[in-house]
Amino acid sequence: MKQPAKDDISIVLAGQAGQGIETIESVLVRILKHACYNVFATKEYMSRVRLGANSTEIRMSSKNKVNCYIDRIDLLVPLEKQSIARLKSRITASTIVLCDAEVFTGFGHHIDFQFTAMAEDVGGKIFTSTIAIGAVCGILGISIDLVASKVKKEFSDKKEEIVQKNMVALQKGYDAGAELATAGTVKFDVVTNACVAEDILINGAEAIALGAIAGGCNFISSYPMSPSTAVLSSLAEKSKIFDIIAEQAEDEIAAINMALGAWYAGARGMVTTSGGGFALMCEGVSLAGMIESPIVIHIGQRPGPATGLPTRTEQGDLNLALYAGHGVFPRIILAPGTIEDGFYLAQKAFNLAAKYQVPVFILSDQYYIDSYYNVLPFNLDGITIESGVVKTAKGYKRYALTSSGISPRGIPKNGDGLVLIDSDEHDEEGHITEDFSVRTAMVDKRLRKLANFKDDMVQPRFSGNTNYKFLVVSWGSTCNAIEEALAIIGDPAIAHLHFLQVYPIPPVTKRYLDKAKKTILVEGNATGQFGQLIKQELCVDIDRKVLKYSGEPFHVEELVAKIKKEAS
Amino acid sequence: MDPREFDVDGVDNQWCPGCGNFSILRIMKQALAELGISPERLVFVSGIGQAAKFPHYLKCNYFNGLHGRSVPVAAAISAVNPELTVVCESGEGCNYGEGGNHFIHNIRRNPKFTHIVHDNMVYGLTKGQASPTSLKGMVTPVQVDGVILEPFNPLTVAIALDASFVARAYAGDQQQSVEIVKKALQHTGYALVDILQPCPSFNKLNTFQWFKEHVYYLEASHDPHDRQQGFKRACETEKLPLGIFYVNQKPAFHENLRIYKGNKVSLSDRPFHDLNKLVKLIESRE
Repeated sequence: MKQPAKDDISIVLAGQAGQGIETIESVLVRILKHACYNVFATKEYMSRVRLGANSTEIRMSSKNKVNCYIDRIDLLVPLEKQSIARLKSRITASTIVLCDAEVFTGFGHHIDFQFTAMAEDVGGKIFTSTIAIGAVCGILGISIDLVASKVKKEFSDKKEEIVQKNMVALQKGYDAGAELATAGTVKFDVVTNACVAEDILINGAEAIALGAIAGGCNFISSYPMSPSTAVLSSLAEKSKIFDIIAEQAEDEIAAINMALGAWYAGARGMVTTSGGGFALMCEGVSLAGMIESPIVIHIGQRPGPATGLPTRTEQGDLNLALYAGHGVFPRIILAPGTIEDGFYLAQKAFNLAAKYQVPVFILSDQYYIDSYYNVLPFNLDGITIESGVVKTAKGYKRYALTSSGISPRGIPKNGDGLVLIDSDEHDEEGHITEDFSVRTAMVDKRLRKLANFKDDMVQPRFSGNTNYKFLVVSWGSTCNAIEEALAIIGDPAIAHLHFLQVYPIPPVTKRYLDKAKKTILVEGNATGQFGQLIKQELCVDIDRKVLKYSGEPFHVEELVAKIKKEAS
Repeated sequence: MDPREFDVDGVDNQWCPGCGNFSILRIMKQALAELGISPERLVFVSGIGQAAKFPHYLKCNYFNGLHGRSVPVAAAISAVNPELTVVCESGEGCNYGEGGNHFIHNIRRNPKFTHIVHDNMVYGLTKGQASPTSLKGMVTPVQVDGVILEPFNPLTVAIALDASFVARAYAGDQQQSVEIVKKALQHTGYALVDILQPCPSFNKLNTFQWFKEHVYYLEASHDPHDRQQGFKRACETEKLPLGIFYVNQKPAFHENLRIYKGNKVSLSDRPFHDLNKLVKLIESRE
């Protein structure tokens, strides 16, 4: 049997919702990381609580960081039949399939592994997932002590009897896996890498939540919606350690209005939602624009329109974020690419919102939110929380006309002034006005606020040789897969420009684009929204587009093929 | 305190002559003055409509937000800074129509604010269409054959949801209304005061005369802690009782929040997060 590349293994575990695929993922990645491997995991799941077909891809490597999705499967562990149909196109002659005989009947060669029988032996099908963890670790030759300790930790809140049975299941799976390795039936030789010992394992949602805390976030109000809910639950969990109000609102309209009320009273609020929920918030975005309130809005994108594919990924809501809210007012849109970006951009988002008194968006997506890999612990040196709040004096004017357009922001009961804000057009004090010249002055003032934004801009990230001929242009979660694809292509004529701030488009962009013989846009939506934005803002045409909107993330292999084709 | 301390100079009042809103403004200033609540610690939150312009005519901090959305804003403000006196003031269209979902769920949330709903049973600012509380049969430019929807009864809804303070007042009776509003302002938790008022411009059905004939006060013997009695009295529609229907003193939203258990300092007055604690948390990750 042909063996896969030794230093980079892709393991896919698949099963029905409720079969514990998520648990397998979270336990396995921790084991692998502790065993000193670079590790990456991403899941794809159906919008249901039971049955269906879910899977997780876990990549491990010694030398290289693994931080994105690939198509190749080296080891597939399907725990039921239904998932095979969905994964069929990814199963090749070099894929080792480990499963019960009846699961793979009719699909080709597999290694018979009696998950069901072993589980029944221990006490029921419920133990299949623990057996699967054992099997994979046995094959990989990871110390049983390490494996057992992590599994025990996972079940620490369960009854002793359950823990014991899981330990038995684990050992059974482990022994059977180790046997396969000893016999040479399945053999992977990935060496360990001590360099990852200091790393932390973190997913996109948590990176954003931790970044928000670093940005001083102490208020989040949201309505649960896949895939964005993890940011809400993560901040709720952290409210046990930090002073944070985490409130589940009755709907998204309430959520954004609560967050605006929180900023008004002196907190630093955010909302997290997905496209459909954000659609309900649009009126609140417009309100933020008018009252010049800071607010941080995280949108975890998923494919629309309407309910679309609730648990899948897409970069289809850039235009929605860009144009949301009636009327004209400034905004900032950030989009993390790496896990680290999620932390630093979320942190920055709060300071930007407080300083410029505008809505700041963090645009992620399901793939970003649900993927994790090992990174160095975030560095907080030099990070400060900038309040942007002033003490008010008698006669305080919330909307004082200033040359920067930014009026010092007071909050109630913080000084002798009164803080008056109005969703109607208002004068400097905050009273309703229908005076045309005041209206004009206020529109100009609001639009002036980002005139001096230059210094705080997040510049695009350039990688490659400066004498490039081809420039791949991208934003958001596609970052790592493109980088890996370009490394595989290894053509010095191709460079990569990745945007972390998608709006306003940093002025330096034009220089990069003009230098390229051909620009290649990689974007996860059907029309190339970011390309259109570049055209609109900079009058530069994007030459080629690589677009994907099936609901799956880009995988490295297709990017290699498509970028190669366009860069010729 | 003198109620005139709440006067605002030089603002052009946009209400129609004879509007019940003027009475409610007098009632509110009087109640606030009697309780000695200074404008600096007072926040009014309103939505859109004629009633929602209220805070422009009373000296206070205010957040005049969107139609129907004042309630969630008020809930957040009072949670972030419970030391403020927060009053959410808007019309029945704003609160029971556009903001109906917020009305329902904030009764469950029980945030500490006084909810004053100007209820004139008609839409004023949009010129005379039916409101959620319009009586059946009322003919309007939109409801040309008369209103066919059942009128919304805010009091029964609130009591059914076990609201912590439920009252109804009538703008035409300043003295009694001041007393009701004062009790609401002193209540820790969500306090609803539905204030009936005539709309001389658009409601030709529920006039001063009509109200005179259709309102009366709950007897002194009415026990506001008796929920069933409160509900029963709130169901009356032939004549509309006024007064405090139901009180259920229970912990307010902010009092139930973890951040205020054992630490009463308002969130707005606390220092920013200790970033060293965050560093430790991050480093302790697997």
